[in-house]
Amino acid sequence: MRATATGWSDALTAAALLAIDPVGLGGICIRSGAGPLRDHWLETLRGLLPEQTPLRKCPPAISDGRLLGGIDLAATLSVGRPVIERGLLAEVNGGILVAVMAERLAASTVAHLNSALDMREIVIERDGLSQRIPSLFAVVALDEGIGDERAAPSICDRIALRVDLTDLSRQDMIGSTFCADQIAAARGRVGKAKLPAHALKALCSTAASLGVASLRAPLFAIRVARAAAALDDDDRVRDAHLELAARLVLAPRATAIPEASSAEAEPAKNREPEGAEQHVPEDAQLDDLVLAAALAAIPPDLLKRLRVGDQDKLRSASVGKQGMSRVSKQRGRPIGVRRGELRSGARLNVLETLRSAAPWQSLRRRTQSQLVGADRAPRLVIHRDDFRVTRFRERSATSTIFVVDASGSSALRRLAEVKGAVELLLADCYVRRDEVALIAFRGKAAELILPPTRSLTRAKRSLAALPGGGGTPLSAAIVSATSLALAVRSKGHCPTIVLMTDGRANVCRDGHSGRTEAESEARDAARQLRVSTIPAVVVDTSPRPQQQAAGIAAEMNARYVVLPYADAAKLSRAIRAHMQA
Amino acid sequence: MPAVFPFSAIVGQDEMKLALMIAAVDPKVGGVLAFGDRGSGKSTAVRALAALLPSMRAVVGCKYQCDPDDSATLCGECRACPAAKLKSHQVAVPVIDLPLGATEDRVVGALDLERALARGEKSFEPGLLARANRGFLYIDEVNLLEDHLVDLLLDVAASGENVVERDGLSVRHPARVVLVGTGNPEEGELRPQLLDRFGLSVDVRTPADLPTRIEVVKRRDAFETDPIGFGAQWAKQDLKSRKRILAARDRLGQVTVSDKSLAKAAQLCVSLGTDGLRGELTLMRAARAVAALEGDKSVDDSHLRRVAPAALRHRLRRNPLDDSGSGVRVERAVAECLPA
Repeated sequence: MRATATGWSDALTAAALLAIDPVGLGGICIRSGAGPLRDHWLETLRGLLPEQTPLRKCPPAISDGRLLGGIDLAATLSVGRPVIERGLLAEVNGGILVAVMAERLAASTVAHLNSALDMREIVIERDGLSQRIPSLFAVVALDEGIGDERAAPSICDRIALRVDLTDLSRQDMIGSTFCADQIAAARGRVGKAKLPAHALKALCSTAASLGVASLRAPLFAIRVARAAAALDDDDRVRDAHLELAARLVLAPRATAIPEASSAEAEPAKNREPEGAEQHVPEDAQLDDLVLAAALAAIPPDLLKRLRVGDQDKLRSASVGKQGMSRVSKQRGRPIGVRRGELRSGARLNVLETLRSAAPWQSLRRRTQSQLVGADRAPRLVIHRDDFRVTRFRERSATSTIFVVDASGSSALRRLAEVKGAVELLLADCYVRRDEVALIAFRGKAAELILPPTRSLTRAKRSLAALPGGGGTPLSAAIVSATSLALAVRSKGHCPTIVLMTDGRANVCRDGHSGRTEAESEARDAARQLRVSTIPAVVVDTSPRPQQQAAGIAAEMNARYVVLPYADAAKLSRAIRAHMQA
Repeated sequence: MPAVFPFSAIVGQDEMKLALMIAAVDPKVGGVLAFGDRGSGKSTAVRALAALLPSMRAVVGCKYQCDPDDSATLCGECRACPAAKLKSHQVAVPVIDLPLGATEDRVVGALDLERALARGEKSFEPGLLARANRGFLYIDEVNLLEDHLVDLLLDVAASGENVVERDGLSVRHPARVVLVGTGNPEEGELRPQLLDRFGLSVDVRTPADLPTRIEVVKRRDAFETDPIGFGAQWAKQDLKSRKRILAARDRLGQVTVSDKSLAKAAQLCVSLGTDGLRGELTLMRAARAVAALEGDKSVDDSHLRRVAPAALRHRLRRNPLDDSGSGVRVERAVAECLPA
C-alpha cells in the first residue's frame, strides 16, 4: 500500500526533524506495538542526535520522587544533612525522554511532564526541598495502546509529531537517508528560514477546517516547517515544507473531515466558513495544497472513531483514575504513625523517627566511636528500626455502574423516565464525588457507553445520546456489568450495580433470540453476580411490576425496586437509601 | 527564569485578562478560576500577569515579606520589632507556582529537616503559602489537585492566615494570598463546594474565527523566534497596563457605590437564585475595581454588566448536569435586570 510506504518515510523524516529541533517540537508520539520497526526507528533517532545526548526511559509507574527528585534518605542519614537525589527530569535535561507504554502513564506523571514541557524547567516543592531546575527535553511517547487506549491527550497536545507504525511491516523498512552531520548542520540553521506571510494563514485555516481546536497545533506546524526548511538548507519555508508540516502535525490531530468521506481538497474549500479566500485568491491555492496534504495523511479509521464518540475525551478521565488508586500510601488523611520500612513511597515521619532514635544516642555513639574512632563517629546514629512512617487513610471511592435496558420490549416506553432517574442519581454522585459508569444493552449486545468517570457532563451527554429499540440481551448486560464491577474493585474502589430493566430477556449471549433460553441464561449470569458479592439494585421498569425482574433480583441477591410512574425523584431516593445502607 | 510572553500581547481572552486585572487591583475579590480548552493560553495569561505587577515594599529579611506600613498584618517577628527599626525594600509581587504533586509540608511549611537532622532542633521552615503572602498562588490543573490540599488552600485564602499544627510545631503566620486556578473540565471537575470560594470564574475558549487564530499563532511564533525583541516591542503597552493597575488601586477607596447599584446587584443575585451573600459581595467588589480601572468615580450599570458573568456564573445553584452553560443564564438575567 502506498500509504504505508509513505508512513515509514514520514517516520524517518519525523526522526530527522526531531533531531534538528528537539526542544522546539516537544517530541513525538509513536503508536505501535513493541517490535523491530520501532526499535529501528529509535536507533535511527539515536544516531542522528549528538553523541552525548542523554536518553532516559520513563516507565509508566514512575514515582513522583524518582521523576522530580527528592531526598535520598540513605545518604541523608549517613551524612546528617539532606542529600538531594536528582530526578529523571533533571537528568534528561538537553536530551530525550522515552516514555514507554505512554498510554498507561499515571495522570500525575503526565501533569509533571506537561508542566516541564511548558515551563522548560521543573519546580520541585516536596520533602522539604524547594528548587527550580532547568529541564529542556523532548518526549518520545511510545503509545502501545490497542483500540481506544491512547496516550493522554494533554501530553499529545504538547508534542508536535505523531507517527503511526501499527500497519507497517518489515518490508516497508528502509534505511534512513539522513546522516548525523547533515542534521548537525541543519541544527545550526533552525529558525533562520524566512516564513512567507501566507504560510500562517494556510496552516491556521487547515487546522480550523480539520477541527483542530488547540492553538498549539498550528504553532508546532510552523516549527516543523522551519525545521524542514533547515533540513533542506533552504533560506525560506517553501510550500513543500508546509505540506509536510500539515501531514505530520495537523492530520493526526484531525477531529473532523471538511467534506465527509471525500479526500479531495476542492469541495473541502467551499465548506470552510472562516476562510477569507474570496478576496485573496493566491493564498487559497496554498490553503488547498496544505489541506490536501493533511487530508491524504488522515488515518483511515478517523471517521469510525468520530462516530464512536470522542475517544480522547473518554480516555482522559480514566487515566486520572488509574493514578488515583495507585498512590494510596502517600495521600489521604494521616491517621497515625507506625514503625515501617521505607519502601515503595511510604512517607517518613522525621520527628517521630528522631524521637524513637533519641534515647539510644549516647549508647550508640559510644559503640560507633569504638568502631571507627571518636572523631569520625556520626553525630546522629539512626537504625532501620527507628524509621517511623506516616499512615494515611484514603477515602475509598465508590463507583456506581448503571446498567440501562434500552431495548424495545417495554423499556422504550419508559426510557425517558429511566433517563430522568439516572440523571438524578448522577447529580447525587456528583456531590459525593463518586464515579459513575454506564452500560446500555439493546439489540444483540451490551455496550459500555461510559467507563468509570467523575465527569458528569460526559455522563449526561452519553445518557442523552442513548438510543432505544431492539431485543433484550439481559445476560450479556449482567455479565459485562459484573466484569466491570470486578475490575473496579481490583482498583480498590467499591462498586455498586444499578440494573434498570423489565427483566424480559429474549436475546442470548451468542446473539440469537429465544425467550426461554435467554431467561435461563440471564438467571445464570445473575447467580454469578451473587457469588461475587457485589451490591446491586434492580429497578423494574416494566409498566406493571413483573415476575421476571423480581426473579432476577432474587437470584442476584439484589434489592428490588419498582420504578414508580413519573416520579424519578422517588426512585432516586430509594437507591440512595440503599447505597447508604 | 525563561522569558515571559507579554500580557498586552495576548490576543482576545478579554474576560480572563479583566478578571486578572481586577484581582491585581483588589485582592479581596477572592481569586480567579479559569476553566477552558487545552492550548487556549490560560497559563500564559497568569504567568504574564506576574511580569506586569508593580513592585511592593516589604520588610528586609522577613520570610513573609510583610508590609511595613500595615501593622495589622505583620508576622510575629516583625511585630516584635519596633516599627522604626523595620527596614524595607522594594520587591516583586510574588507569583508562586504550586506544582502538581507538591506535598502538604511544602505548601503549609513544616519542620526544617536540615536542622532537625543535623542539630536535633525543632524549627519551622515556611512553605509556599509563606512565599506567596501578599501575592498570587497559581495552581495549574486545580481540578487534579488532591482534595485535602484544595480545602486547605481555600481556607487559608479566605482567612488570610496559615495555621500550622504538625510535626510538633504550632505556628501561625500571615498568608494573604490570591488564588488563581486553571484547569480543563474534560479532565475532571472541581467540587461544587469549592467553586464558589473563588471570587471570579471565567470560561476560556479557543478563539474560533480564523483571523484571531492567525494573530495568536503569529505573535506566539514571533515571541519564540525572538523573545527579548518581542518583549521590548510590547514593553510600552505593558507599562501602560501597570500604570492602570497602580492608578486603580489608588482610586479604589474613593469609588462610591450608590444604593441604587447595590439594589440592582441584589436584584440580579435574587433573580439568579445564588446561594449566600458571597455573590453580591464579589459582584460589588469586582464592579468597583472595574470602575477604578476605568477611572470612573462611581459604580454604574455598565460595570456591573461587565463583571456579572465572571462573578456569578459559578454560584448558580444549578443542576450539575445541565450542559447549557450557566454563563447563558447569567447573561439572560443581566439583560433583564440591567437593560442596556
